[in-house]
Amino acid sequence: MKRTVLSLAASLFLATMAEAKDALTIYTYESFVSEWGPGPAIKTNFEKTCDCTVEWVALADGVAMLNRLKLEGAATKADVVLGLDTNLTDEARNLGVFAPHGVDASASKVPGGWSDAEFLPFDYGHFAVVYDSEKMAAPPKSLEELVNGDPAQKIILQDPRSSTPGLGFLLWMKSVYGDKATDAWKKLKPRILTTTPGWSEAYGLFTKGEAPMVFSYVTSPAYHIEVEKSQRYKAAAFAEGHYLQVEVAGAIAASPELPLAKSFLSFMMTPGFQNEIPATNWMFPAAATDKPLPAAFDTLVKPAKTLLFTPAEVNAKRRGWIDEWLNAVSG
Amino acid sequence: MVERGKRVKTATPSSRVLLAAPALVITAVAAGFLPLLHFAASQGGAFALDAYVWRVLGFTLLQATLSTVISIALALPAARALAFRNFPGRPLLMALFAVPQALPAIVVVLALVELYGQAGWVGGWFSVYGLGGILLAHVFFNLPLALRFFVEALESVQPENLRLAEQCGFSSSAHWQHVEWPALRPVLPRVASLIFLLCAASFVVVLTLGGPSATTLEVAIYQSLRMDFDVSRAVTMALLQVALCAALALAAGQLAAPVATAPLLRSMTGTARPQSLMGVSALVLVIALVLPPLVALLLSGITNFNLRPALFQALGMSLLLATGSAALCVLLSWPLAVLQVRKPSWRGALSATSLLGLMLPPAVMATGWFILLRGAGGSLTSSIALISALNALMALPFSTTLLASAMAQTIPHHDRLCAQLGLSGWRRLRRIDGPALARPLAQAYLMAFVLSFGDLTAVMLLGSQGLVTLPSLIASEMGQFRSANAQGTALLLAALCLAGSLLANHLSRPESR
Repeated sequence: MKRTVLSLAASLFLATMAEAKDALTIYTYESFVSEWGPGPAIKTNFEKTCDCTVEWVALADGVAMLNRLKLEGAATKADVVLGLDTNLTDEARNLGVFAPHGVDASASKVPGGWSDAEFLPFDYGHFAVVYDSEKMAAPPKSLEELVNGDPAQKIILQDPRSSTPGLGFLLWMKSVYGDKATDAWKKLKPRILTTTPGWSEAYGLFTKGEAPMVFSYVTSPAYHIEVEKSQRYKAAAFAEGHYLQVEVAGAIAASPELPLAKSFLSFMMTPGFQNEIPATNWMFPAAATDKPLPAAFDTLVKPAKTLLFTPAEVNAKRRGWIDEWLNAVSG
Repeated sequence: MVERGKRVKTATPSSRVLLAAPALVITAVAAGFLPLLHFAASQGGAFALDAYVWRVLGFTLLQATLSTVISIALALPAARALAFRNFPGRPLLMALFAVPQALPAIVVVLALVELYGQAGWVGGWFSVYGLGGILLAHVFFNLPLALRFFVEALESVQPENLRLAEQCGFSSSAHWQHVEWPALRPVLPRVASLIFLLCAASFVVVLTLGGPSATTLEVAIYQSLRMDFDVSRAVTMALLQVALCAALALAAGQLAAPVATAPLLRSMTGTARPQSLMGVSALVLVIALVLPPLVALLLSGITNFNLRPALFQALGMSLLLATGSAALCVLLSWPLAVLQVRKPSWRGALSATSLLGLMLPPAVMATGWFILLRGAGGSLTSSIALISALNALMALPFSTTLLASAMAQTIPHHDRLCAQLGLSGWRRLRRIDGPALARPLAQAYLMAFVLSFGDLTAVMLLGSQGLVTLPSLIASEMGQFRSANAQGTALLLAALCLAGSLLANHLSRPESR
């Protein structure tokens, strides 16, 4: 037992020793670099082109990444930050630590085009309420129906303070209900089984059968169709349109590895990165791939309308909207 | 003459050296709080008690009050049904009631969801998310704790008083009034305030079962720092939390778990008083609260037990962290305990110092340390060091109390002995104090070890990539379609924590010769 502890301590020490090659440190969210996420393959693909090593630093989610940057400022160890979304980019930009990416993003496939100088998109997807078709014969056909529906049929949401889908749902509510969002939240409150800190806790509870609905993505059913060969979980198409999430990455200006960080960003827009996205991150690739999307992607809900606030508007109003939500659901 | 004077002086260890321990604790706490205060001031934050903060404070007090009242209201009649009774299965019941205290919070949360969740074995009739689930978890932990303290208090009644009561033919209410209540009254406020404090500062239970409408100060501080990044709101709530804990600790005299220092005078003959219906039903209710989650944990754990590399790595990391943290905790609490015994006038200040680490919310300490360390904050080595330190601080009040009460009995006696023998310093420690205090030391070490082994809070706050402990493995498996694996991991963690506690309990009994 003593020996185990000693050898463990020794191997930890060795593991922290410096490595010889240039190392690119990338902050990202946990599920991106888990064994079933896109991280491992992307690391391998990029290392073939760069004579460097990619070191992932996994944080809980996009919000945790932003907060880590606020604490660390320009002294951050990150060279690249990957996994913020457009709802956070303006706040991140104001930290003044990101460098212009210098990559031509005109070929990006993000709905509405792309023109941000610091952040580049790597994937996108519309949010959706995903339901269990074995427990719900008549899913809501609009946000209005979700808000006013039977309180016995519960939904699991994510916390907008800690999770980017959680913030996405808050913004969806806000873009549909505007000044009346507080009333809508109060009506919805009895339908909320629980509000989890992150997406994976919510989705885990949903697939365990704790509730018939969960807030997730239009693309989530593709995972069940492709991997589990199951048609059980479906996304509900909402009449008001669906809120969009665009996930982005940016390079840190003060990084000693800035040239390498920029070459990673331009690699991000190539098939070496984009091919891995659909069947591991279960989102739409933001740039061209050189292999077709999984067949299940053709069967997904196609939102009639895309809802999206500008990053500047979210940045200006996020705090106030979150307080409004807190007061509505905790009262 | 000179030589002799010198010897006498060195016979008692210099309190200046011993003062390093409280100084270290205060420095660690300041290193957590001050950077955050500075950060909040530089952000230009307003330290305002807004509606949100008041609502969180309100919920904190509400759930802690309800948890305490329910625990005590059930524990009192159940304790009456257990004390002085010899019935088959009683030792088994007492052992059962010692289990919840040893279990890590994340394990209990998992068992409660498995049992009472919407898709649980007997679930669906109430929601485990929100106030209901929080109360259930807190009562699960604290009702048996109260029960054990009450049985202990009742059984410390002098046997002659009991015989007298029997001879007088007291009715049940007269027996309560003249025998039981006088025995319970002194421990009641301390037990109640201990439970209240544990519930008010509860983190993992509220974080996992609560939600935006069921948030306590402890969790709201964490959310302000990790989510909103509203440092001034976090600092405001942290001050509120410290004030609340300090007020309670003061009101209760001391937080220290009320340990009965005098050996128990358990009457060998059981009482012949008939069981009251109320007592028996309370006891049945307690069993119905405590037993099912344990059965759920055991059964789902056995069926889902799955030995895999991730489990061994997490086990190794948990052992490493707990070993280090318990060592640090004992190293700090030894001088604190010696000072408490040697300097009675400092006792208040010293026990406040050992309480500091427990009173200041861990989220605040962790963030402050992180700001101080800047670049070095995210590495695996620094995470290991910081988690051990935070866990050591959290266990400090308990191990200090334990060591101090053992030393209070041995040190004055040893001082005379050593002065006669001319033993001092290291030789005294090795020959006299060490062997005499070996058991309480081992007990304090084990207690700190178990606390750290089952703790999720510090790992959540200070963890870095690749640092996976058994509790954090359970938490991540719960969230990633792998809840079956989580149940196996929970069983392993629970079994190890239980073994550690049993061993510590065994050490606390007087040596059998």
